[in-house]
Amino acid sequence: MGKADIQTGRLSPEEISNNFSDMHPPLSRPEALIEADRCYFCYDAPCTTACPTRIDIPGFIQKIRSDNLRGSAHTILRENIMGGMCARVCPTEVLCEEACVRNVHEDKPVNIGLLQRYATDPVFEQNLNLFERAADTGKRIAVVGGGPAGLSCAHRLATLGHQVVVFNRDRKLGGLNEYGIAAYKTVNDFAQQEVNWILDIGGIEVRPNTSMGVDITLEAIREEYDAVFLAFGLGGVNKLGLANEDADGVLNAVDYIATLRQSENKDDLPVGRHVVVIGGGMTAIDIAVQSKRLGSEVVEIVYRRGPEQMGASQYEREYAQTSGVTIRHWASPVKLLVSDRVTGIEFERTELDANGKLQSTGDTWSLNADIVFKAVGQAVASDVFGDAADSFEQKGGKLLVGDDRKTSLPDVWAGGDCIYGSDDLTVTAVQDGKVAANSINRYLRLQE
Amino acid sequence: MANLTSEFLGVTTPNPFWLASAPATDKAYNVNRAFEAGWGGAVWKTLGEDPPIVNVSGPRYGAIHSNERRVIGFNNIELITDRPLQVNLDDIRQLKKDWPDRAIFVSVMFPMNEETWAKYVPMIEDTGADGFELNFGCPHGMTERGMGAAVGQVPEYIKLATEWCKKYAKTPVIVKLTPNVTNILPPAIAAREGGADAVSLINTVNSIMRVNYDTLEMYPATDGMGSHGGYCGQAVKPIALHMVAEIARTKQTAEMPISGIGGIADWRDAVDFLALGASNLQVCTAAMVYGFKIIDDLSDGLSNFLDDKGMSSVSELVGKAVPSVTDWQYLNLNYVEKAVIDQDLCIKCGRCHIVCEDASHQAITKTVNGERRFEIIDEECIGCNLCTIVCPVDGCITMQPMTEGVDPRTGIAISKEKADWTTHANNPMRKES
Repeated sequence: MGKADIQTGRLSPEEISNNFSDMHPPLSRPEALIEADRCYFCYDAPCTTACPTRIDIPGFIQKIRSDNLRGSAHTILRENIMGGMCARVCPTEVLCEEACVRNVHEDKPVNIGLLQRYATDPVFEQNLNLFERAADTGKRIAVVGGGPAGLSCAHRLATLGHQVVVFNRDRKLGGLNEYGIAAYKTVNDFAQQEVNWILDIGGIEVRPNTSMGVDITLEAIREEYDAVFLAFGLGGVNKLGLANEDADGVLNAVDYIATLRQSENKDDLPVGRHVVVIGGGMTAIDIAVQSKRLGSEVVEIVYRRGPEQMGASQYEREYAQTSGVTIRHWASPVKLLVSDRVTGIEFERTELDANGKLQSTGDTWSLNADIVFKAVGQAVASDVFGDAADSFEQKGGKLLVGDDRKTSLPDVWAGGDCIYGSDDLTVTAVQDGKVAANSINRYLRLQE
Repeated sequence: MANLTSEFLGVTTPNPFWLASAPATDKAYNVNRAFEAGWGGAVWKTLGEDPPIVNVSGPRYGAIHSNERRVIGFNNIELITDRPLQVNLDDIRQLKKDWPDRAIFVSVMFPMNEETWAKYVPMIEDTGADGFELNFGCPHGMTERGMGAAVGQVPEYIKLATEWCKKYAKTPVIVKLTPNVTNILPPAIAAREGGADAVSLINTVNSIMRVNYDTLEMYPATDGMGSHGGYCGQAVKPIALHMVAEIARTKQTAEMPISGIGGIADWRDAVDFLALGASNLQVCTAAMVYGFKIIDDLSDGLSNFLDDKGMSSVSELVGKAVPSVTDWQYLNLNYVEKAVIDQDLCIKCGRCHIVCEDASHQAITKTVNGERRFEIIDEECIGCNLCTIVCPVDGCITMQPMTEGVDPRTGIAISKEKADWTTHANNPMRKES
């Protein structure tokens, strides 16, 4: 098992293109009307309660039934400005669709995700303006991070008439929508289409390639702006903590996915014959499935606990399995096997002790691997605050915020993956940005 | 299996399901296919004077669809047959020869003068057809020429035209009534006085389906203009049932046989019409939107139903529900029902709560002890039935009669005695009991 097995373009361009086509093709009008008819129009609907952004789901579905798609899209987007992306990437099976009352008597929820996509697709295809910007307030807000939280906050603030400057580390806006989500969930450059539509509201200036802690400091922007929203996500990647972690073939899943997402034809990436993924979250699933689709022959996810403890939902796990990925549980990596590059990885079996604490059984086994992906979580980048790190209350290496997403500093709010309690979901980040923007608006109005 | 063989006006057919006078009965080709499929009879598409009328060559039909594209309501602006009279007569003669065990009645529409009736009635009867149905019902087109519903809305005209037909016909005469009247009884009585052997109802209801949302013209339209049409299909069944029941329970008309028409799409609809007094059934829209094959479920379902009820023939079912139809003033005001929600079946959609909250009497909880839970508040429940109607789970909410104790809403003890409005203290015209 040597380097010869790592190659690009193992599959033909046509095969790769097919493998990365839309995961859930959109509904046709007849399909959407029939599916919309299945909605009971619940009172105080459980699906809405289950939605982190509180979209009035029965309301938007009712508008699909009456062919009022513009109204339907407005109902969605006024609560969740990234309702288009969320329709594609939300784990609806553990959110709105899990709460659908149809589960109780027929075990088949209304397909809310695809209906949401049906309602919102025309907005982006036709670039419809659904929101108007209020008169300029003269207030200026700095938003650090152009991912879902940052853009959600920026759009809401701009709508309310404030001026917003978005500082973005990367060249393109969108954050994980652009660089992180599995390619087959958001085809045809949808992330950028959505970003452009959001910016169309006006009043948002974007400064790309600008990193907090490197190009700008918190102190300086607090000085210059009336308020600050921090949404720089998790720039750091957790390590396995094993020897030889920098060996050839041992890769960070998030870095590989970012490269994959930016690759034009996806035929220029190293593809292993035997891929092992360490981790149990969405990133592990995404890298495993995408590796399979790029032509890897054997792809195995190894997670140190059982299926119930995995961050990835049952639906996602089954999606990986039906895509040809093997998921192994109760094993923790202990040694990377390396010659001139990685050749395998050794695991120890794990179990829960009487107190429910994970422990090793001492039993070991190993897998061959020519590529090992690390997908064991991310952390706030260590240098992001520079000298200002101590000025925040933090927990678990993340920023501590209140219900209004305000940090311990009077003029600084935060949201998205960098706050304590975040759950790695686009929809939650969008809600953070929205809530923070409303809170910032109240704060600024009170100052007048 | 119950035998569906039915007799109507002395004509015996294998089942009570006849095709109503409509496009499906305009030609031998169609009617032959219907008889092959198993229909018991057909009322021929309405014949008129020669030369025949002409129809528009654009859309004749409009519909209301469900989102699954099921046709819920249907309308048409088609006139009577546009084929020459002799072509129709030849078809009828041949079919009657080929299908002696099926009924063929001929629908007719003639102007209000006796000579026309005298001329055409014997000519039609000569085909061997089993009888006539007088089209006093079509509400569109022909009414502008003083026929169809224009006759059916004037009892005196009904009586006169019926008398003319009876005078020249040896076979039975059915008068088909229009629902476009405020009270169905005067036309029915007029038909009886004119000598009609039976009535059939309902014909279609005056209607405009909708507008075209792009052009803001009425839809469907013929070259940018439209005209009202006749509405039918499942949506009109309740209107038809009411009128059938009125005729069946009114002394002057109760003896008259009724052919029930209006929205019969499956066997349950047939049960409705039969139990409310019809002894024959006519179907059009369901056949027009699904084809003749629906006769399978109509006859099979009806037969199974009769078996379940221990009835051996259709005639045992006829009129069974008529005694249960009365005037509002005779309803028992001492009778109390309350809704009951089966918590094991409840899926917690909250529909019952919100409709009771917004549109009725605030008698359903949304939370109990902080939990999402929907329970009836007996102190507020008026027994209106709205919650059982909106509940998406069949059988989850039921109406249960109170048989003893005190109605917690009114504080009045439940009484076994009946008491209706005619003797109620609040009725200024009450009869002293």
